[in-house]
Amino acid sequence: MFGSYEFDWSSIPGSLNFLGQGLLVSLEITALAIVAGIVWGTLLAMARLSSIKPLAWAAAGYVNLFRAIPLVMVLLWFFLIVPKFLESFLGLPPGSDVRLASAMIGFALFESAYYAEIIRAGIQSVPKGQLAAAHALGMSYPQAMLHVVLPQAFRNMVPLLLTQAIILFQDTSLVYVSALADFFGAAYKVGDRDGRLVELVLFAGAVYFVLCFAASQGVRHFQRRLQRA
Amino acid sequence: MEYQWNWGVFLLPSAVNDGTYLDWMIAGLQTTLSLSLSAWMIALLLGAVVGVLRTVPHRGLAFGATAYVEMFRNIPLLVQLFFWYFVLPEMLPTAAGDAFKALNPIAQQFVAAMVCLGFFTSARVAEQVRSGINALPRGQKNAGLALGLTLPQTYRHVMLPMAFRLVVPPLTSEFLNVFKNSAVCSTIGLLELAAQGRQLVDYTAQPYESFVAVTVAYLMINVVVMLLMRKVEVLVRVPGYLGGK
Amino acid sequence: MQLRKPLNATLAALITAGAVALVPAVAQANTLQKIKETGTITLGHRESSIPFSYYDQNQQVVGYSQEMMLKVVDAIKAELKMPNLQVRMMPVTSQNRIPLVQNGTVTIECGSTTNNSERAKQVAFSNTLFIVGTRLMTKKESGVTDFEQLAGKNVVTTAGTTSERLLRRMNEEKKLGMNIISAKDHGESFLTLETGRAVAFMMDDALLYGELAKAKRPADWTITGTPQSYEAYGCMMAKDDPAFKKVVDAAIAKTMTSGDAEAIYNKWFLAAIPPKNINLGFPISDAMKKLFKEPNDRPFE
Repeated sequence: MFGSYEFDWSSIPGSLNFLGQGLLVSLEITALAIVAGIVWGTLLAMARLSSIKPLAWAAAGYVNLFRAIPLVMVLLWFFLIVPKFLESFLGLPPGSDVRLASAMIGFALFESAYYAEIIRAGIQSVPKGQLAAAHALGMSYPQAMLHVVLPQAFRNMVPLLLTQAIILFQDTSLVYVSALADFFGAAYKVGDRDGRLVELVLFAGAVYFVLCFAASQGVRHFQRRLQRA
Repeated sequence: MEYQWNWGVFLLPSAVNDGTYLDWMIAGLQTTLSLSLSAWMIALLLGAVVGVLRTVPHRGLAFGATAYVEMFRNIPLLVQLFFWYFVLPEMLPTAAGDAFKALNPIAQQFVAAMVCLGFFTSARVAEQVRSGINALPRGQKNAGLALGLTLPQTYRHVMLPMAFRLVVPPLTSEFLNVFKNSAVCSTIGLLELAAQGRQLVDYTAQPYESFVAVTVAYLMINVVVMLLMRKVEVLVRVPGYLGGK
Repeated sequence: MQLRKPLNATLAALITAGAVALVPAVAQANTLQKIKETGTITLGHRESSIPFSYYDQNQQVVGYSQEMMLKVVDAIKAELKMPNLQVRMMPVTSQNRIPLVQNGTVTIECGSTTNNSERAKQVAFSNTLFIVGTRLMTKKESGVTDFEQLAGKNVVTTAGTTSERLLRRMNEEKKLGMNIISAKDHGESFLTLETGRAVAFMMDDALLYGELAKAKRPADWTITGTPQSYEAYGCMMAKDDPAFKKVVDAAIAKTMTSGDAEAIYNKWFLAAIPPKNINLGFPISDAMKKLFKEPNDRPFE
């Protein structure tokens, strides 16, 4: 079936330790960026829909700026510039390894722009009457948002938030710009070193698929239970 | 020591005498644009079909559509690109694989990148379409059926016109993503914007000028797309939803 | 409505880009003094530039350039009388190595970086570590023995290398009508060759031997063709710091003239090397022999 290509998977067993460390880096960055991204993204979304114009503009500017630049460029800029800032302001010794920290900050700030857009669309998918009803019940705007609009918005948005989280996990491979070894980077390095790129890239793809698929099934299950309850 | 800025670098004749470095950037921009737009066409078409299929009450079709989405969105783009470009031609019958490999290399790279990016993005478009359909009040579908429309007719005349209007804002994100994701295609040697920028670093040793130029070029593409989509969003807004004004 | 929003965003973005662009111009202190004050030195290395600078199976950095860099570190320790100088390792890529040396994140980078006039505007280069020639790798049965035979064929090279430049220039000037494929890195270039998309792979000969050693069937491939150019690999460091460059150059010169460099050469090019215990079998060239006798920092281009 595999035509003429001779597969040779022998590089993988000896590298599992290195690959595992890479996976840990990917998961760390993903977890931090999801949490920071959803919190900051919700605030941005609400600011964007706010009736205070300067606030709405600032949020729109932020979201549009980060959505307009490829993640890989954001990470590159952060990697080259953030360490210098940290050095001058926090007095870190030069040459400190801030690759992980700069990648995490870059990811969190970048992803929050995407979460903000998803959450904004989620809020907008709630019929206007809901907000009016909440006001009629005597709730203030923040109360109405927190107790009425956001819960519904999030329920509509769970699949998209999940998709974004999966994208984020996969995007961690872009940290290669700082030579930080995430899971994909680790696999690629082993493949390049041993001349087994195709095998290692396919192996990485299979691992990503299993993890992401399991995660999406898990959330789907959770969501179904939530809806039934 | 200071960084030696030299913005005139873009006007220098390239080291291989085929125009200036600015010409390289422009050629890269053109490749990025044509690659992204053609991939977006594929993505919209496939994504709309698959997204609708995910919501139909037919187990086989819905299962197939779900499998499609899960496959294309749970594997990183870079891995998919490797598969389309390096692995698939090896798995085809030898004659077909060789025929593909005999094509002009630039055509090979472009076709592989376009198909890859199109399929990858279509899974995300499908998710947006599906969530748009699911966000519709259930009564709409029932009302359509109660009026004596068949299910396909209900989709065609009641649900889809509404759902497509609802998904336009989130689709903007995906549209923007296509341009940015196209940068990954430099990995198989396609000389798009990011690859030309990288070449500039290698040929001129002026990294920051190149990074700024590439960043600004993506920014401009995205601003144009955003302006365009903002107009479309206003046109299709549904009154009565928080998104409507 | 509100078409101005994105325009504001653009403006903001352009201002940010402008502000950001000013940041890298950080004044550089005297390198030796900085090392003394901080008690640390940061070494830039590559990750898969076999056999110059790469990770072995234990993720330790090894290679010819790496050993030369450690000789330099020894000399710096002696110069500053700091035997306990702390050494930090920082992996770099071909895209970020110049900015990192410039902004001081990396004190010195020894890998497989060619010393050329464009780069010399941004960074300083040490005495040459290694001299390579740019040649071709092809399948033995392809019948290709030199560059003229590549007319009208698909040829692969790695993006951003001197080989790419030479190949494109040759194609323009001699109207060879080659289809040139520029792959992202050496691994992908070889994959392009191996899967039959190109008949030949043009690159620095030492790196070609490295790729050959990794091949599934090394016996199928051959390295051929008249070298189209010679390249001098050097260590990169911050510009305009003659005191530091002097220490680095002296350390490299001493390693070469004392015969240590030849031993390092034999270890990495004529003996089994990690990770797969392959012998590159790359005999020492006349240019290298001459370099070991008379170390210098002259680029070829």
